Amino acid sequence: MPLRHGAYAAMLLFVLAGCLPLHRVYGLSVLRQPRRLALAVLPVAVVFAAWDVAATAAGHWHFDPSQTLAVRVAGLPLEEYAFFVVIPLAGILTYEAVGVALERHRRRAAARS
Amino acid sequence: MTYTLAAVVGVGVAVAVDLVVLRTRLLATSRWWLAYAIVLFFQLLTNGWLTGRGIVRYASDAIIGSSRITFLGDGRVVWAPVEDLLFGFALVLLTCAAWVWVGARPRRASPR
Repeated sequence: MPLRHGAYAAMLLFVLAGCLPLHRVYGLSVLRQPRRLALAVLPVAVVFAAWDVAATAAGHWHFDPSQTLAVRVAGLPLEEYAFFVVIPLAGILTYEAVGVALERHRRRAAARS
Repeated sequence: MTYTLAAVVGVGVAVAVDLVVLRTRLLATSRWWLAYAIVLFFQLLTNGWLTGRGIVRYASDAIIGSSRITFLGDGRVVWAPVEDLLFGFALVLLTCAAWVWVGARPRRASPR
């Protein structure tokens, strides 16, 4: 299989490589709360995937078969479904990391005053 | 319904869910906007990859611009249609609002 087929999957791996280290660096507990994570990510993912299936069927956009993996589910490449888990996870990790960073900043400011 | 209209509706729904339905009010916090600024930067990078290489291609009649792939202008920012920015904003806001909402609810002990 030519490397080119992995172009979309590579982007998802890039996002994971960028956001998963936040968990350790900021001492987050996101991945230790699988139930909360599933309840936050899955309902939104289902709605957006349904939108995506409808929009693809309506011809709003399409995916280059030469730059995606061969597997198609309801007309979408597998990567597109993974997108709706990876991107929201990256959003939550970023939101939590910013929360920790702001809290540290506030404590440092309070300690100085 | 075009992608443009659907994306605007998506943002409207996400804002309503955050402010009115779940009352998480992330939009009123600097924490959300800082996090979103970081997400937006990386969206421009990764979405630019998806759209600039034509991994995802758009029909001219669904977006403000045309199906021509261009870096800036013709309804595109860093190769991606502006609609994608609305799509991403709605997706991440809804998820973070749901995350905060679920986390704030007292977890009931399972019966029996």
